[in-house]
Amino acid sequence: MLKIKEYVKAESLEQAYELNQKKSNCILGGMLWLKMSDRTVQKAIDLSGLGLDTIEETEDSFSIGCMVTLRQLELHPRLNEWTNGAIRDCVKDIVGVQFRNLATIGGSIFGRFGFSDVLTCFLALDTYVELYQSGVIPLEQFVGIKRDRDILVRIIVKKTPVKCVYMTHRNAKTDFPVLACAAALSGQTDNCRGYVVAGARPGRAIRIEIGTEEVMRLRKGAYTKEDLRSLAAGLAKDILMDSNMRASAEYRSHLAEVLLFRCLSTLQERGGEV
Amino acid sequence: MKVKIVLNGKTREDEINSDQLLIDYVRSHGCYSVKRGCETSNCGLCTVFLDGKPILSCSLLTARADGHRVETLEGLQKEAEEFGAFVADQGAEQCGFCNPGMIMNAIALFRENPDPSEEEIKEYLAGNLCRCSGYEGQLRAIKQFLEYRRRGGESCE
Repeated sequence: MLKIKEYVKAESLEQAYELNQKKSNCILGGMLWLKMSDRTVQKAIDLSGLGLDTIEETEDSFSIGCMVTLRQLELHPRLNEWTNGAIRDCVKDIVGVQFRNLATIGGSIFGRFGFSDVLTCFLALDTYVELYQSGVIPLEQFVGIKRDRDILVRIIVKKTPVKCVYMTHRNAKTDFPVLACAAALSGQTDNCRGYVVAGARPGRAIRIEIGTEEVMRLRKGAYTKEDLRSLAAGLAKDILMDSNMRASAEYRSHLAEVLLFRCLSTLQERGGEV
Repeated sequence: MKVKIVLNGKTREDEINSDQLLIDYVRSHGCYSVKRGCETSNCGLCTVFLDGKPILSCSLLTARADGHRVETLEGLQKEAEEFGAFVADQGAEQCGFCNPGMIMNAIALFRENPDPSEEEIKEYLAGNLCRCSGYEGQLRAIKQFLEYRRRGGESCE
């Protein structure tokens, strides 16, 4: 059972950071995963009074405060318009509306949980994290870093033109995914890149770049169904899978071929043009 | 620590422990409709409204509700009774344990989306588990209730 000795509503990020340097203290996200732990927290640091619960759109990016809830992401018209609804798709099966009204993007991303739908989806976008101490770094780099005592302040999604899609397979509707996949074509016409992302492998999500030639073919809509199947199978081979209570590594590898094929087909159907 | 919470329209000031969860706070004030069904933030039984939004009271510190408005089924009697009658008419539930949480979240759905499709109903209520039924009765009750409202509150029998 989670025990908290003292609740502190942070008055500044500086104060929160200083308090968080002590290992027995802890930053609160939505507290949904933290609540499942069996530990005693000396000081629970709440960031909810720092105005970090909004999504701001500027000319070149979306800036998402760490306390923005998954439900806010789901309902944000512009963010979903920009991502072809992928953001909504990645959160809609996470437990229920009541859960998503509490769970925060900061908690999801900072935790770098293997099962994370949110991490998988944002990795397919041109995403950066703003850390209080370490500054702004690409999300892909952040995923590889061990959890430390820094504070995730904002998630920044650059408005690089993007076509993207998100799909999962779940054993039961609101359970963790057995496998989560995202695919994206990103960038301007002369500098377009393609990515596939796999999460819930069950390890942390990883991103794999699609070759330049393949990206060109996708954008032109030049792939036949069979060609797309082999492209998906080739990409799936590079994704290391493992087994857990939900599924075996072998089953996940098979699922990856199917989900990536569907993701890539959807990208191509949407015209491939970014 | 001290908190000031508007619970079902009444402003209350209380001295609480730092790790008290909102579910225990509302129950300590007699709101027994709010129950623990799972301990893993999955079942939706403990649904309350925080500033009008449905949340899991088993997963929110009471301290975080300080200065906010909390509503439970006890504070929504009229709306709950009106819709609850449709659930009862369908014989939708066997044991009824999950009913308050489901009614709370259904009310949240009706407020947010007054004319939901079947898919939207299922999606909104996915976080409310019922272990007796197959949800068909509840779904029928919701559809009948929506039809009743569409007719301006007249029975569709």
